Amino acid sequence: MNIVVCVKYVPDATADRTFDPADRTVDRVNVPGVLSELDEHAIEAALQLAESGDAEVTALTVGPAGASDAIKKALQMGVDKGVHVTDDAIHGSDAPATSLVLAKALTKLDETSPVDLVLCGMASTDGGMSVVPAMLAERLGRPQVTFAGSLELSDDRGTLTIRRDGEAATETVEATLPAVVSVTDQANEPRYPSFKGIMAAKKKPVETWSLADLGVAASEVGLAVAWSTVESYAQRPPRQKGTVVTDDGDGGRQLVAFLAEQKFV
Amino acid sequence: MTSRRPLDPLDLLDISALLTDEERAIQQAVRQFLRDKAEPHLARWFEEAAFPSALVPAFGDLGLLGMHLTGYGCAGTNAVSYGLACLELEAADSALRSFVSVQGSLAMYALWRYGSPEQKERWLPAMAAGSAVGCFGLTEPDHGSDPAGMRTTARRNASGWVLNGTKLWITNGGIADVAVVWARTDDGISGFCVPRDTPGFTTRDLHGKLSLRASVTSELIFSDCQLPLDAQLPEAKGLRAPLSCLNEARFGIVWGALGAARTCFESALRYARERPQFGKPIGAFQLTQEKLVEMALELNKGLLLALHLGRLKDNDALRPEQVSFGKLNNVRAALAIARSARTILGANGISLEYPVLRHANNLESVLTYEGTSEIHTLVLGEALTGLSAYR
Ligand SMILES: Cc1cc2nc3c(=O)[nH]c(=O)nc-3n(C[C@H](O)[C@H](O)[C@H](O)COP(=O)(O)OP(=O)(O)OC[C@H]3O[C@@H](n4cnc5c(N)ncnc54)[C@H](O)[C@@H]3O)c2cc1C
Repeated sequence: MNIVVCVKYVPDATADRTFDPADRTVDRVNVPGVLSELDEHAIEAALQLAESGDAEVTALTVGPAGASDAIKKALQMGVDKGVHVTDDAIHGSDAPATSLVLAKALTKLDETSPVDLVLCGMASTDGGMSVVPAMLAERLGRPQVTFAGSLELSDDRGTLTIRRDGEAATETVEATLPAVVSVTDQANEPRYPSFKGIMAAKKKPVETWSLADLGVAASEVGLAVAWSTVESYAQRPPRQKGTVVTDDGDGGRQLVAFLAEQKFV
Repeated sequence: MTSRRPLDPLDLLDISALLTDEERAIQQAVRQFLRDKAEPHLARWFEEAAFPSALVPAFGDLGLLGMHLTGYGCAGTNAVSYGLACLELEAADSALRSFVSVQGSLAMYALWRYGSPEQKERWLPAMAAGSAVGCFGLTEPDHGSDPAGMRTTARRNASGWVLNGTKLWITNGGIADVAVVWARTDDGISGFCVPRDTPGFTTRDLHGKLSLRASVTSELIFSDCQLPLDAQLPEAKGLRAPLSCLNEARFGIVWGALGAARTCFESALRYARERPQFGKPIGAFQLTQEKLVEMALELNKGLLLALHLGRLKDNDALRPEQVSFGKLNNVRAALAIARSARTILGANGISLEYPVLRHANNLESVLTYEGTSEIHTLVLGEALTGLSAYR
């Protein structure tokens, strides 16, 4: 069985994240990057499925040169091999363009050895759109199951059953493989890379592909063809001093009024 | 090279650039693990004198236990990686680093280096996984710096060996599944592998410690403790054997102490920037800045020293005197940093809400165990003059 996990290299949330003033895209070069924390849950899900039977797990990323760090982390966690699609023309790509590149890369992987399951995180920690998995499924013409809170393979490994926790109800959804699934941060607790994993990662294969390798034209991706662009951005204003409620007998009432005003109750 | 990345106050010299990707990844993995699993609880563990036993199997999963040993499920990292792991562990609490030092560098190393194939098979995989805990009994109530005078004896009888005596100040003693114990025989000092349930072997935990509170420290009592013949570590001949184990653990302390120092420095730096007095942050006063700069100098010099010793060790060129150099310098520096950090935090400096006095107190043990600062001074004095000043 072949599982591919799509992972994203994102600016480290603990660093000062910025935009590149030149073209108002997220600065992915001068801000230290990491494997998106949310994608670690997809990796963990893939590794658990792989451990319960025979499967090979591949990490696939689209991103600048530094994005190989995201692949490296995935390999350290236990993924078997990596594919890094990188090309200057990809800079500034939006979700539709990203899903196009991912779909082409998956198709190429599928040609050498059929891909049974594509796993994604529930969102990226920088863009936060959650739409790439759905777009990807559409492009590949495969069933899409998003926001999986748990995953279970059938004994014949032909279908996947997931639990989807919504606000009003919990759904159990079944999909026939091959399928595209996004995994939530409730699905599991991602493992830490072990020292053995870290040392083994160096020897694992990583392929680097350009747009030309995938038959994607530079004009199909990038900032120029993005469906949406960042017009302007501003630093978040420093946090305002909170409201202090002194209890002169009506403290409770004031608190309730405050919560109601903020629509918390 | 122009980089927009700001200077990192915690790594002024960019020492991390001297590490390999793999070494950085190992350091990062330990740091992340401890940030999630240990940091929120450190003050409570200290206050309640509670060792977090539940972490031990997770240490095993990560690969921390016996990490620089090869085979038997050990990770087999280089010495620098081991040092970095010790640094991160002790940045959390010296008790965690002590546990890992004793398990990996004392108990496991003794078995790995001097044990029989059966002893290794029986204990090392379980100890690497964290399903068995080890301790190392050398110190006695009346023999600390001078272990050659030890009184614990192992005598032959028809069924093997009979152990009698008391070991004191033994880290992990009360939670150990196996004790590596050093005792006097007719042929000099020898090592023994003593499983917890051996009749005649009991332990008693020490209480009232003001340092390393989150570490278990115990007395090991042997009264006519009967061991089979094959309990002896066959390759350990004389006092050199336990001293070689201590040398391994000491190497970890050279790094670990700087972890405690880093946490204290970090706290003091943050506090100095945020705490206003006389209308400005205390970090704006020259006296505070001098303290912070002194800390940064010692911390960074200590790291360069540790890394140098680590590279020597990885080239199999590290001498015991050089480890003494590192332990003497870095523990002393760390203690000075911790105490100075405490002054910057004022009254908060004595509180468990901040980590500095916890670290300063812990470092008092670190100064004493694995060879006191006085003994390491004498080791270096002898190396310089050729004259021994011990007795
Ligand atoms: C928390 C903790 C955990 C420990 N864990 C272990 C363990 O797991 N296993 C183990 O075997 N031991 C352990 N020890 C014991 C430790 O190694 C000893 O405490 C240490 O060797 C010092 O021995 P001592 O305490 O008997 O001091 P002493 O040797 O009595 O020394 C007292 C003072 O005299 C000084 N002194 C002694 N001889 C000389 C000399 N010739 N010249 C100048 N000064 C001298 C010393 O430097 C010290 O300042 C632990 C200790 C502590 C505090």
